[in-house]
Amino acid sequence: MVQMKDISMAYASSEVPALDGVSLTIEDGEFVFLVGPSGSGKTSIVKLITGEVMAQGGEITVNGFDLRRMKRRHLPRLRRTLGVIFQDFRLIDKMTVYENVAFAMRVVGATSAEIRQRVPYVLDLVGLGGREKRSPKELSGGEQQRVAIARALVNSPRLIIADEPTGNLDPVRSLELMLLLEKINELGTTILVVTHEKELVNAFAKRVIAIDNGHVISDGMDGYYTYEAE
Amino acid sequence: MKLNRFFFLIRSGVKSIFTHGFMSFASVTIIMACLIIMGSFSLVAVNINRVIDDLEDQNQVLAFVDETLTVRQAEALKSKIDAVENVRKSEFVTREQAMEQFRGDYDSELFQDIDATVFRHRFVIYLDDISQMEQTRDALEQISGIAKVNARLDYAEGFIAVRNVVSIISMVLIVILVVVSVFIMTNTIKLATFGRRGEIAIMKMVGAGNGFIRMPFVVEGVVLGLTGSLLAFFIEWALYGLMCQRLMTGLVSQLVAVIPFTALMWPVLLVFVIVGVLIGCFGGLIAIRNYLKV
Repeated sequence: MVQMKDISMAYASSEVPALDGVSLTIEDGEFVFLVGPSGSGKTSIVKLITGEVMAQGGEITVNGFDLRRMKRRHLPRLRRTLGVIFQDFRLIDKMTVYENVAFAMRVVGATSAEIRQRVPYVLDLVGLGGREKRSPKELSGGEQQRVAIARALVNSPRLIIADEPTGNLDPVRSLELMLLLEKINELGTTILVVTHEKELVNAFAKRVIAIDNGHVISDGMDGYYTYEAE
Repeated sequence: MKLNRFFFLIRSGVKSIFTHGFMSFASVTIIMACLIIMGSFSLVAVNINRVIDDLEDQNQVLAFVDETLTVRQAEALKSKIDAVENVRKSEFVTREQAMEQFRGDYDSELFQDIDATVFRHRFVIYLDDISQMEQTRDALEQISGIAKVNARLDYAEGFIAVRNVVSIISMVLIVILVVVSVFIMTNTIKLATFGRRGEIAIMKMVGAGNGFIRMPFVVEGVVLGLTGSLLAFFIEWALYGLMCQRLMTGLVSQLVAVIPFTALMWPVLLVFVIVGVLIGCFGGLIAIRNYLKV
């Protein structure tokens, strides 16, 4: 669960606040789109949730962690409850597909037996069964993003954040990816997808939070791309 | 830390050496080159010190025994002389032995008929620290039965000055070399880890703690540092051997005695390994420090 109350945040390099009085709540099990134009504050919200940046004002709680009061050394604990997917996949090229996913389990202290059991299951779930020994470089963009999803999913996180996950994919692969995220959501994981792709958002009847100039300008359950409407 | 997690981190560190082969090679080469330069200079400094030591050793103190004492009485003074502070050892020389030595030194017919009574029984005294020569001389003069003490204070001061100059120059050069070497090595390691900042960011994002990220870098640094230091040690050995060979065949061999490498090998190995491992280990930690603030 994510709860933000009157959050304000500014980067040291800028006088203009990136977020100004943002309040929103994402309940467990929800599928939410966060939309808005470039520079609107979408990525700042993601960075706040993952603890990459700290808010200067307001309250923020993520999966039970009070981020304003939490010590920095406890950040890894928060991040283990999250799965993050990026536009540029961010896979480790020197590792195989299997190793990239297994690595996330190593971090949380899983045993080799648990890894051997869980990783093939998750790779099957994202449709990558049989590609375990491949290097990420040998895969297509869509497949690489599936590896990133598998890595995000492998520790059964409570929340998966996908930051522009379809930015490097063609429309067909983008749709496939969103269907996969929807399937994962149906299994009980909360999904937050950050995007500015109107067609993709409109193809799913989900809650859409629109943000612009650091403010939430709309929050609806009709799946409509509210930002465009404004 | 669970055992399998510990071994995973060790394995990751070792594996990383091979997956980042070129940068590992660069790090080892730089560590090796810097250690050889520092080591060579230090060995030269050690040898210069040894030469000065030898020369200092030749600057003995002579304590002449009172003429009224018999040989036995004179010899009995040895225990008193040896008990004086700063006296390393003393050798008793009878007046006959002194005469023979004198004749040998000058090898002239003029001295063939010289009488032994001209000479006195004496002690040749070697000191631990020639900078304390004056105080030792005074102490020796206080011994009953010692008539006169000959100590070349001017020579001693000369040696002390030379040693001080050599020590200061050595220290300054070694400090400069260490600073330059550490700078070059940390920069090479920084360069080696720069390409891995993305990897570190991913580790942080999946919830890896700083310790989990650092451990493979520490293992990698220790292995690279150890490899560099061992290679440097063997190359240093070979270079030193070559240098000794050249010196021993030349005129210099009559003037200086080079310390054999085998007499220095353990301290050299120990210093190389400690410096190499510390540089590898801390170089890696310092280099990734900034990437951990994500």
